[in-house]
Amino acid sequence: MAAQSVIGAPAEEVESFRLRARAWLAEHMPRLPEGVDNYHLMRDDEFGVRARELQRTLYDAGFAGICFPREYGGLGLSREHQQAFSRESAAYEMPVLFNVPTLSILAPTILDFGTEEQKRRHIPAILRGEEMWVQFLSEPSGGSDLAGLVTRATRDGDVFVLNGSKIWSSGAFRSDYALCLARTDWHAPKHRGLTMFIVKIHQPGIEVQQIRMVNGWNEFCQEFFDDVAIPAEDVLGQVNDGWTVASRLLIHERDAVGGASRYTSGLGAAGERSGSATGLDHLARATGRTSDPTVRQLVAEDRVHERVAQQLVRRVTTGIASGYFPPPAGAIPRLFAATANERHRDMALEIVGRGAAAWTEGDPVGEVSVEYLFRQGGSLGGGSNEMQRNIISERVLGMPREYAADKDKPFDEVRHNAAPSRVR
Amino acid sequence: MDLERSDDQELFRETTRKFLESTAPVSTVRQWSEKEAAGYPVDWWRRGAELGWTSLLVGEADGGGSVSGNGLADLALVAEEMGRLVSPGPLLMTNVVAAALSEAGTAEQRAAVLPGLVGGETVATWCLAEPGRPACGGEAVALEAARQGDRFVLSGVKGPVEAAAEAGHLLVTALVDGRPTQFVVPASTPGVTVVPLQGIDLARRIADVHLDGVTLGPEHLLGEVGDAAAQVERQLQVVVALQCAMMAGAVDEMFTRTVEYAFDRYSFGRALASYQALKHRFADMKLWLEAIHATTTGAVRSVGAREERAAELVSVAKSYVGTNATVILQDCVQLHGGIGVTWDHDLHLYLRRVVQERSLFGTPEEHRERIAAGMGL
Ligand SMILES: Cc1cc2nc3c(=O)[nH]c(=O)nc-3n(C[C@H](O)[C@H](O)[C@H](O)COP(=O)(O)OP(=O)(O)OC[C@H]3O[C@@H](n4cnc5c(N)ncnc54)[C@H](O)[C@@H]3O)c2cc1C
Repeated sequence: MAAQSVIGAPAEEVESFRLRARAWLAEHMPRLPEGVDNYHLMRDDEFGVRARELQRTLYDAGFAGICFPREYGGLGLSREHQQAFSRESAAYEMPVLFNVPTLSILAPTILDFGTEEQKRRHIPAILRGEEMWVQFLSEPSGGSDLAGLVTRATRDGDVFVLNGSKIWSSGAFRSDYALCLARTDWHAPKHRGLTMFIVKIHQPGIEVQQIRMVNGWNEFCQEFFDDVAIPAEDVLGQVNDGWTVASRLLIHERDAVGGASRYTSGLGAAGERSGSATGLDHLARATGRTSDPTVRQLVAEDRVHERVAQQLVRRVTTGIASGYFPPPAGAIPRLFAATANERHRDMALEIVGRGAAAWTEGDPVGEVSVEYLFRQGGSLGGGSNEMQRNIISERVLGMPREYAADKDKPFDEVRHNAAPSRVR
Repeated sequence: MDLERSDDQELFRETTRKFLESTAPVSTVRQWSEKEAAGYPVDWWRRGAELGWTSLLVGEADGGGSVSGNGLADLALVAEEMGRLVSPGPLLMTNVVAAALSEAGTAEQRAAVLPGLVGGETVATWCLAEPGRPACGGEAVALEAARQGDRFVLSGVKGPVEAAAEAGHLLVTALVDGRPTQFVVPASTPGVTVVPLQGIDLARRIADVHLDGVTLGPEHLLGEVGDAAAQVERQLQVVVALQCAMMAGAVDEMFTRTVEYAFDRYSFGRALASYQALKHRFADMKLWLEAIHATTTGAVRSVGAREERAAELVSVAKSYVGTNATVILQDCVQLHGGIGVTWDHDLHLYLRRVVQERSLFGTPEEHRERIAAGMGL
């Protein structure tokens, strides 16, 4: 089927695009070493240097931003083109570090709300691998109640002056820009006094501190803002209407984490586990348990979840597009991915058995138990499972909203958690 | 239900739904289950056949034809609607036999059997399972048809078989010289005895079929001797995809009714639907329900289009739907409170339907084993 490109010229057929991509990948992209996936490589690419180079290579060859509009450096092609490219690229090194959040969450939000100038400044730079982005949303005082944040931005002539702290921002130390939600009006009810800002991360007044995680990584960061001057032209959307921007960002985030985004490139974004180094089929082989009936059941159950996750994404995206589901139904694949991931971690632990307690350094079997420690990561990041369940029950099933003590009250009269403190 | 269905399919679905709602609401299904031998009046089935229930998997040359070009996808809409009202009738069994005959039958066989099935005057069933054996996978069938000149003699037990007592034709899967072979057997053939079992589903009848020196000629063979493996796999895929659609309809209906109940039922001065503990359970159920629809649609499309990956996708669906349909329904029982475990409430009819479909033609566990084998483990 011929897709229609943004500027109206008939686009390349998916099949011909696939074949062209196949040939190009074989000639220009480095092959993944046996038994290693891109997510493993990512760990060794601490500063994203390799990812930036690879992203640039894709861009120069005309394979970056497949679903992004052509006027901002993308290809303006369909989801099917992107899927075809992702499948073809499975055996190669890919800049997956750019997928979440840069390409799938922040770039689409900028496309939705950015001025022409903002879009031209940032989207092509992102696609060229020059800008990596993060989200500055959660704060030490709370993440689920995002609209209750207390970082402040005060207008002073042509600039806003930012003070406060953000936390859990993944990969901020290696990134260039952030979308930062801050409070600009303390007398308005909580949703109506927020503004979204484009913030350059490495600049005077911003201190970025890495936080060590249970698996030993230092992905998490906390930022401290000390009178940071943000030019007024870096407001994304309208002043005091940041909640509208944030809500849209959260939809992109849900799609990204749930596997429904069309802006990610390369495999492994959503639930594609089997075949990879930590796939349960691989573990069953590595532990010599392929004929154990219990293990066979677990491997198959994981495969079932992998397939159903993909089918569910298709159902929900089609249903939202046709109006059968309201947009918040994006929470459904998001919650599916998180709960399937929890189950995956449990099953992996079960398969490796005693091997979870001790292993030879570098053995993927051992990594399973370390990943088990991070089991809840996928159920918290991008809005916790509890928040997704609130969304599904209230905004898909229409059940009564939870009682909110801060509803319609000026924010400065609402009780909230203490201002930022340092987590060490 | 497939969200990408066509207008024609929607019209077809709507027609079946209206027919079922007006002729066989659940209260009627209950009455029929007590007074009708087969669980439904014969004339009712014939009227359903007029709507297309029995012709979608049959070739046009034999009086069949699909609505959308993918007859299985069309039939899945009927199965889902029938699940919604826990309807009686041998929908899956009659269709799988009709499809097999249409694909592999001789001109004489098709002429002898298909008009009756398509017209709804007779029904048929598939005898695959055998007591004590898994229903899917290589070891499903052990019944040997002994050669006797150019004839075959069958002795053994097939079962459980749905709709065996009402069926005019039995499609029997057996082995000849150890290799899968199928026979189309008139139910009146000497040596065939139907022994009723106590079935879990009140609306449908289930039995063992005893074969005692049943002697068949080459005219009873469906396809070549020893060459039925692919056809059996195809039949299994068709039945399992339809089972999932039927379970999806049953669970969807009861979930919808339980959500309504949660809005209407008050406790401590608030609707049940206002308690977060319960809202979160409803959210989980909604998640599983949509996943059930998604994977059923995936399997139906793939089997209908005869894709190579259909073998896996159908087992993925059966594993997921079979496991989660009962989980949802039992949670619906819990959220209804005491009324949920009474005979008068409809919940148990749905649970019965889902337990039957979950258990026949491969349990979720057996289908997971099939998936593992398919992954090369
Ligand atoms: C791997 C990972 C990556 C992340 N990346 C980023 C990032 O890049 N940028 C960023 O800004 N943030 C990021 N986060 C932060 C994440 O968004 C928050 O952790 C999350 O929103 C929860 O906020 P919290 O940690 O403050 O917990 P809290 O909001 O304090 O919640 C604590 C617990 O209470 C539950 N809870 C809270 N309120 C309710 C309620 N009303 N009803 C029921 N249950 C409730 C929550 O579900 C949770 O289980 C990341 C987190 C993780 C784990």
